[in-house]
Amino acid sequence: MPASTRRAAVIGGNRIPFARANGAYSRASNLDMLTATLDGLVARFGLSGERLGEVVAGAVLKHSRDFNLTREAVLGSRLDPATAAYDVQQACGTGLQAAIAVANKIALGQIESGVAGGVDTASDAPIALHDDLRRVLVRLNAAKSPVDRLKLVGQLRPGQIVPEIPQNSEPRTGLSMGEHAARTALEWGIGRAEQDELTAASHQHLAAAYDRGFFDDLVTPYLKLTKDNNLRADSSVEKLGKLKPVFGKGPDATMTAGNSTPLTDGSALVLLGSDEWAAEHRLPVLAHVVDSETAAVDYVHGPDGLLTAPVYAVPRMLARNGLTLQDFDLYEIHEAFASTVLATQKAWEDAAFAKERLGLDAPLGPIDITKLNVAGSSLAAGHPFAATGGRIVATLAKLLRERATEENKDQRGLISICAAGGQGVVAILEAKA
Amino acid sequence: MSNDLLSNLSNTPVAKQLGLPTVPRLRRFEPGQALLSGPVLVTSVGDGRFAKPISALVEENGQRVVTAERSESRTSIDTAGEEKLNAAVLDLTGATTLADLAAAREILTPAVKKLGPSGRVLLLGAEPGEASGAEAAAVAQSLDGFVRSIGKELRFGATANLLIVSGDAAPSAVDSSVRFFLSSRSAYVDGQNVHVGAPVGPTLDPAGMDDPHDPDLPLRGRVAVVTGAARGIGAAIADTLARDGATIVAVDIPAAGEGLAKTANRTGGTALQLDITADDAPARLISHLEQRHGGVDLVVHNAGITRDKLLANMTEDRWNSVLAVNLGAQLKINAALLESSVLNEAARIVCVSSQSGIAGNRGQTNYAASKAGVIGMVRALAPKFAERGATINAVAPGFIETEMTGHMPIGTREAGRRVNSLKQGGLPVDVAETIGWLGQAESGGVNGQVVRVCGQSMLGA
Repeated sequence: MPASTRRAAVIGGNRIPFARANGAYSRASNLDMLTATLDGLVARFGLSGERLGEVVAGAVLKHSRDFNLTREAVLGSRLDPATAAYDVQQACGTGLQAAIAVANKIALGQIESGVAGGVDTASDAPIALHDDLRRVLVRLNAAKSPVDRLKLVGQLRPGQIVPEIPQNSEPRTGLSMGEHAARTALEWGIGRAEQDELTAASHQHLAAAYDRGFFDDLVTPYLKLTKDNNLRADSSVEKLGKLKPVFGKGPDATMTAGNSTPLTDGSALVLLGSDEWAAEHRLPVLAHVVDSETAAVDYVHGPDGLLTAPVYAVPRMLARNGLTLQDFDLYEIHEAFASTVLATQKAWEDAAFAKERLGLDAPLGPIDITKLNVAGSSLAAGHPFAATGGRIVATLAKLLRERATEENKDQRGLISICAAGGQGVVAILEAKA
Repeated sequence: MSNDLLSNLSNTPVAKQLGLPTVPRLRRFEPGQALLSGPVLVTSVGDGRFAKPISALVEENGQRVVTAERSESRTSIDTAGEEKLNAAVLDLTGATTLADLAAAREILTPAVKKLGPSGRVLLLGAEPGEASGAEAAAVAQSLDGFVRSIGKELRFGATANLLIVSGDAAPSAVDSSVRFFLSSRSAYVDGQNVHVGAPVGPTLDPAGMDDPHDPDLPLRGRVAVVTGAARGIGAAIADTLARDGATIVAVDIPAAGEGLAKTANRTGGTALQLDITADDAPARLISHLEQRHGGVDLVVHNAGITRDKLLANMTEDRWNSVLAVNLGAQLKINAALLESSVLNEAARIVCVSSQSGIAGNRGQTNYAASKAGVIGMVRALAPKFAERGATINAVAPGFIETEMTGHMPIGTREAGRRVNSLKQGGLPVDVAETIGWLGQAESGGVNGQVVRVCGQSMLGA
């Protein structure tokens, strides 16, 4: 092992425009999208025929045939087929966790370069056989004699035909993610207006970023789609205010289809490397990965909300790095729901919560919301689960680089991503002036 | 292959029985192909300085040099038996009298009879403006009419072109041009004249360059930007320059990124999604080139759009968008290149103009104005780029078989592709090969020129 570690550089990224489910990408598979994204990255950085250290990616909704999804994407891409690859899966944290995995190997000097990210399709979702039917079919396959087979055929029932369609719900609570988020929103008293404001800002920021060409070197069109098609540039609090709540019940329900992310198809990747590797390839260093933390909460039996693990992860990471929550120039808090972003902030501002739950003497305090999700986030772009981390890492790294160059000052950014299963992945990026 | 049915049928028995006109199949370049496919007549009339080096070039490339035997009564060309000539090269830079001109005729009359398929007639003449005396100037100028008429008479895919060489141009200055016009790379360039002067910039040291005469990789080590590279002619340019050894920076609008990535990966280059009409586009392009490549050797301004409408129905939007992409962006990028330090030694700029810009085209006032404007820009900027040791030239494609021409009404399309000496449309690769020649470091003697790639189209000639 090396005596010292180094910080992995974020060199750039590529994603395809995100598409609302059952729309532009309804006929594209995870493998199709991931391969296209990888090829777009290869084209942007001139990596055709190059052997990279490794490619790490994953998908949340995955067909069983895609067990080696990322490796298959590498083999279908322009990269040297001798580039190793593996899959990871941590729900919505997949993309960021993959980036951390690659960054850590680079930090240790085990690899010089790597690609990380993820892909998801809610359109081409895997539909599984009814468990009873599957058991019969497995035994039928193993049966040795015709008589055994005939007996098994006799066990087939019409009711077994009904397939199992993947649900956007937690196996242990049976509640959808939206219902969980609605509970948290209620607990923290998150109002409708502030959610709609955050949503409108997300759309407006994303639209402005497109208009100024910010995504010219972050996005490659796919299947004739050139922009995220969930984006509503003319979104406003007034328009969002007209939508009916879809999560939660009664007069307290605040969460609508507007201030919640839609089911989305898409794919995103980031290119990471050592500074030396970047220099050898004459590639830019946008930012460095400083640190990361993953937390989990007991949302099943404990008092915590499903999507609140980042609330715990961030203070642990800050303490380790001797930083306060205000020591950041930009914040990227994944907008699973507008209410999630707002509840996360309220928890950090709450003195009692800090003391009782985080074990801190003082709360982390507020963040300057003019520094939050300044190029839009998931409410506008959409949220293909495993792809979101790659989108955020590349976006933040480029934003930090722009600001570091403009202000001739080091810039630090915080990423916070909540995930199903009560987990949360957070990270710090830094761009040198 | 193209959707040119007549051309596809041309060499079949059916076509002969139907009495259809034959469309010659042009010899085109493939890697590894020899420069020449048969013996070459090389001779001069008067005091020429090029016959000797060109003869050496022919022999270097494994072909026999044939000379014309002139006697009192006739001129004969000794090709062994029925063997066809691949090319006839006449150095007429020393021709100053009508008698000299008559001698040239005497040599070419038997030569064109012996010329094989996809043969080449290449004349080298003096600059009429440099001639001493009216007769010498007249003779030099007469070659233009002479070569154009030869082009119209030649058959079986043969072409005729003229290099107008200044007195101060050494034989090495014309070398890359002679190679281009003799080779199959110039398949669809016919009836053209190109001025060649002393090379711009510092004298290149061939030994210091990466084997400049590697016939398969004339652009080795050069970084080439191609705008509009996602598809069509731009993609063919990127492919061809990469084949010749260049590192490709493929540029197109962000919305065309999918095709652009394919071009970049196919050529082993990089994709740069950039709207060239954006205010910051020149700065972004230049900083990209500085950071990623440390400089640029070749910039091909190929990106172009059409928004056809009769002038009576032309809107501001259609006019402005065509002028902005086809001309405005080129002007801005060229100005920025001249101000920057990104141009490497022996940098080359090649702008894609169009036959429409020369001949005009109904419904294309905007397009034709922009493409004619490109020619004006190239001529104005040639001395400026020369100060930097760089050149700027234009290519003007005629009827090229592309997706765009594939969508034309059949009547217009058939007329378009037949009204030229080669009786067919060109291919995107023909435009690309011409750009490749102009893009070579060795082509520094060619500056401010407009080379038509049109099979000697009758439109605008």
